[in-house]
Amino acid sequence: MAKKNQKCIHCGEDCGKYPIIWDDKPFCCNGCKMVYQMLNEKQMYTYYEMDKNPGVRVDEHEFGSKFAYLDDEEIISKLLEFKDGDYSKVTLYVPAIHCTSCIWLLEHLNTLHPGITHSMVNFIKKEVSITFKESDISLRKIVELLASIHYTPTITLDDMDEKSKKKEDRQLLFKLGVAGFAFGNIMMWSLPDYFAGDQGIDPALQSFLNFLNLVVAIPVLVYSARDYLLSAFKNLRHGVLNTDFPISLGIIALFSQSAFEILSGTGTGYMDSFSGFIFFLLIGKWYQNKTYQALTFDRDYKSYFPIAITKIVDGEEKVTQIKNLVEGDRILVRHHELIPVDATLVKGIANVDYSFVTGESRPLNKLVGEDIYAGGKQMGAAIELKVNKTVDQSSLTKLWNQSEGGIVPKNTLNNMVDRISKWFTIVVLSIAVTTMLVWFIIDAPRAISIFTAVLIVACPCALALSIPFSYGNMMRIFGKMGFYIKNTQVIENISKVDTIVFDKTGTITQNNSVNVDYEGDKELDREELSFVMSVARQSTHPLSTALYQHLQNLESHYVTDFKEVTAKGIQGKINNCLIKLGNAEFIGVDDKTDNAVFSRVYVSFDDQYRGYFSFESRYREGLGDLITQLRKTYEVHLISGDNDADRNKLKAWFVDDSYMHFNQTPADKLEYIRKLQEQGRNIIMIGDGLNDAGALSQSNVGMTIADDIYNFSPACDGILESREFSRLSLFFKLSKSAIKTVKISFLISLVYNIIGLSFAVNGFLTPIVAAILMPISSVTVVVFVTISTNLAALLSSKKK
Amino acid sequence: MTVLFVLITVSAFVAAIFLGAFIWSVKTGQFDDSYTPSVRALFDDAKPVEKKPKQDNSSKNENE
Repeated sequence: MAKKNQKCIHCGEDCGKYPIIWDDKPFCCNGCKMVYQMLNEKQMYTYYEMDKNPGVRVDEHEFGSKFAYLDDEEIISKLLEFKDGDYSKVTLYVPAIHCTSCIWLLEHLNTLHPGITHSMVNFIKKEVSITFKESDISLRKIVELLASIHYTPTITLDDMDEKSKKKEDRQLLFKLGVAGFAFGNIMMWSLPDYFAGDQGIDPALQSFLNFLNLVVAIPVLVYSARDYLLSAFKNLRHGVLNTDFPISLGIIALFSQSAFEILSGTGTGYMDSFSGFIFFLLIGKWYQNKTYQALTFDRDYKSYFPIAITKIVDGEEKVTQIKNLVEGDRILVRHHELIPVDATLVKGIANVDYSFVTGESRPLNKLVGEDIYAGGKQMGAAIELKVNKTVDQSSLTKLWNQSEGGIVPKNTLNNMVDRISKWFTIVVLSIAVTTMLVWFIIDAPRAISIFTAVLIVACPCALALSIPFSYGNMMRIFGKMGFYIKNTQVIENISKVDTIVFDKTGTITQNNSVNVDYEGDKELDREELSFVMSVARQSTHPLSTALYQHLQNLESHYVTDFKEVTAKGIQGKINNCLIKLGNAEFIGVDDKTDNAVFSRVYVSFDDQYRGYFSFESRYREGLGDLITQLRKTYEVHLISGDNDADRNKLKAWFVDDSYMHFNQTPADKLEYIRKLQEQGRNIIMIGDGLNDAGALSQSNVGMTIADDIYNFSPACDGILESREFSRLSLFFKLSKSAIKTVKISFLISLVYNIIGLSFAVNGFLTPIVAAILMPISSVTVVVFVTISTNLAALLSSKKK
Repeated sequence: MTVLFVLITVSAFVAAIFLGAFIWSVKTGQFDDSYTPSVRALFDDAKPVEKKPKQDNSSKNENE
């Protein structure tokens, strides 16, 4: 019976019952209609053909002085990438970039304003680089332009730091290029030797080719293989044998044996295997180095803070950088703005949301004279504060620094491949030495070349490739499923975990979703509900917003005499009926229920009490099943910064009372993790806010859950998209299967090694045999590992 | 036979030129973003045009 709602032509969202129509097309809101008109005017129709509904929902706001700080010279100079006479270039991070139409639109900014000469998007990083003429358009206007088409750039304190460009990635590409060039050419120059047959080749030609092989192999040794050699050497000096040691051993044996043979004219050498070996290793490294460039796993407090705030100087508002704030300054904090420093309230009534910092789900009310700590967001009318501490000294920054210091370093050398390599090296060296000694007795001159032959063939190539390809592939699979990890080592760390600790607010509860129930003698009818909605809409208090969202599909009425009494309630008149929404005192109702537990909004019509709405946070879908399943294999804990109102409800899932803790401060959380680790447990912490930052770094693996992965999250090893939350156990299972895959691939490479060693030990290792064995073993391992990780992912996701 | 020496040397130089080209392209940042150019290639060229009223195409010769 329900008529299907139309979809907004601009952003694709549901237009609801009352779409806004313009030019016979439906829009969900005035913002989308506005953008459409604007694009229409500039005749950029192609935007709509590129993708079905590329636009993003537009908020109806005016910018006012929101971007005023961008007029400040110092800030401009820090943000610009370069300034060259007339032209300036800036690179802005725009998380709203999500499709090809976004790219098209942002690269055609010059048609929206002539001052912009060129713009280029990096889709993966979600950045747009804009070149513009300072004399025609200012940085502030550019940002306002972007915001008006709802591609608002995110500019944080972090952007003020000098950024070092990622040059390391390029180095790897250079090395890969050199190795690939050498590999291809040397293979070609080695072909005559393979196919020489009985007749042999013209010795002059052969020595010419040998010479070329040697020359081209030198940069490979000196440049492309540099990292492996240096790493092995450095570790050796500390008495550690890591995985780069057998690799370097192989490299040096290959090169020196070949160089000797070529220079003394006794043979052709193994330069083909040498260059191939290094080429494959570098490919593995490149594959493993996949990073998610648009996400950051290492943010500190600076990414959370804005650059500037409004300071009040001699009664006038002046935009100042927060780092320039000193004790005694007066600042103005508006609705939804962050309080950047510890301060005292001087004017207004503060209603501060600390959910991100402490996990408390309800905002704190503060009155004039009370102290307010940094990190909270003001929800309500603007307030004036007197600064007590500078940004660096404020509690938030201290909290952050505290969580970073004194932590057990996570990336120890003790990972699986390093341990196996140690064993591998020892065995190979002993075989080599033994064989050499035996051959000394049998046929002395050959002893040394047999020694190097053993080192050459005992190829850690397969060993060195199985990890990058299996973890790298698994990491990509995870990414497609909505689970983004920082690097491949995290997979191994996850597989070793035996205890899971969950945060509550925002992690197992949904951030913007509440259950709203109505209790009263008589249910409110549709018209009365729509009155409530219209009044609630006028306020920005989180409870009002929640109420509005709950009722938003109803008709909106014109409200007169709207009044908001902070921390008490709101009221308004519709058609001469007075509607009041607020706490018990405001409505004049005597209710002895403990209001600290559930938030309640009481309702009265014309001063007649009707009932109340109660708000309860909604837990994520599938939570119960997930916890029950996880408890089978892991010990599951819950630590929350919030009160214990839901203890009984949660007990049904978490079962063990001693594993649930409430009212924990961020420091308590960190301590809890530390204690568990002292008991020898291996922990993964799942959280979402700044209050979890300490616990997240202390744990063996720290994972954050995000509704919007591009938004700020504290330093962690992985980010999970909230919609994939119920599949958490699947990710744990897949990490374990990745480890299994690696172990099996080690066995495969062992088989090849045994075959190869039997050739080497008997003195039959000719260059052809070496050249065939190594690529085959590498390819087998890579193919096996790729197929089995993909298969594991396919099978386990089908089971659900 | 001696021509082989010449050919091999020349081919080595040509290969080296390609290596140089690769290094240059990495240096100038062409490999920094490997995704967006693939999307950009699919965009239409022309400047945004006004919507033309429906035309009778019989007068146009579109074959080529």
